[in-house]
Amino acid sequence: MVSPEAIRNILARNEALAPIAGEISEDENLFDKGLDSFGSVQLMLALEEHFDVEFPDHLLSRKSFSTIRSIRETVSSLVQAEAA
Amino acid sequence: MESLASAPTFCEPLDDDGLSEPTFLDRLFDQGLLVRTGVDGLYGRSGAFESVVEALDRLIGRLGAADNAEVLRFPPGMSRPAFERSGYLKGFPNLAGTVHSFCGHEGEHAKLLACVEAGEDWTAGQKATDIVLTPAACYPLYPVAAARGALPAEGRLFDLQSYCFRREPSLEPTRMQLFRMREYVRMGSPDQVLAFRESWLERGTQMIRDLALPLAIDAANDPFFGRAGRMLANNQRAQGLKFELNVPVNSVEKPTACLSFNYHQDHFGTTWGLTQADGSVAHTACVGFGLERITLALLRHHGLDLAAWPEAVRRVLWG
Repeated sequence: MVSPEAIRNILARNEALAPIAGEISEDENLFDKGLDSFGSVQLMLALEEHFDVEFPDHLLSRKSFSTIRSIRETVSSLVQAEAA
Repeated sequence: MESLASAPTFCEPLDDDGLSEPTFLDRLFDQGLLVRTGVDGLYGRSGAFESVVEALDRLIGRLGAADNAEVLRFPPGMSRPAFERSGYLKGFPNLAGTVHSFCGHEGEHAKLLACVEAGEDWTAGQKATDIVLTPAACYPLYPVAAARGALPAEGRLFDLQSYCFRREPSLEPTRMQLFRMREYVRMGSPDQVLAFRESWLERGTQMIRDLALPLAIDAANDPFFGRAGRMLANNQRAQGLKFELNVPVNSVEKPTACLSFNYHQDHFGTTWGLTQADGSVAHTACVGFGLERITLALLRHHGLDLAAWPEAVRRVLWG
């Protein structure tokens, strides 16, 4: 199970999001909160390492990383696919 | 979106089959328009070729003259610290070219010469200098502009041209490793820079139409490196940050980007601390013209004999 807290812990490594990572709600847009393109790439790599998954090309988009909820749902589906 | 279906008739078949017929690149060499150097993508240019490049450069200058851009010209090398800060290595480490130089003493000089003599690698002792080859004409500009302080309320507009380097050896004549890029760069508010980009989408399209070349305007992305690059490319396309004006040169299926229209948002403003008059981060946009690419498109579509080009095209270029 991928928890919002696990995502927030990873968001806290991002320079722009670090001070507010604990307060961001599940549906707030992370790009509006200061995440930039390179930051989203670093976030993607950190999620892959932490959850031992690999995002397929079609999920490498802003949409997949725009909110904690979208990240959680995407990562959950990848974790389940790995386990199946 | 323009349609290639409205393209003028090609003066010769566009697709090189690479078998029986000489390729477009071969014909450019045979005609003396480009000169072999032994390195793919690194060519000399004839006087005729240069006459087209220079005419295009002047034409672009005339099209933008009313905007009173500040003209700046930088050499094709830029400061390595500025290059590192620009973020270029995050997206394009494979395309960058660094200048290395011999920094040893006499003993090491003797070893270097011995290696050259023996046909062995002599470059092990070369050290990176503080110069990097310019990857795009606008890269040396941003730190210079930021050092002037906040932008005036109307923003700023710059006119640049430089040889640029990208390490991508290819037999496609349109993919040179050293080529010239003319650019206009706008700095200001989002509205100001987007209006600039919109105006050049119109001007650039009309310019290429006046040169009787077929064209298509397409959403595009930069060739970012690796898997992370695929995400950057997807983001760039999804946000409509880059458009290219494509002309079929090597093939119809893979047309060549001759102009590009780029909205950088606040990337360079944030990177360089470039601010608007009200203190907020400046946004930037640029239009880039590939001078060799447009020249090659003209040669492909109107023939290798400049004197035989359509009179209307010659008039646009040379009056």
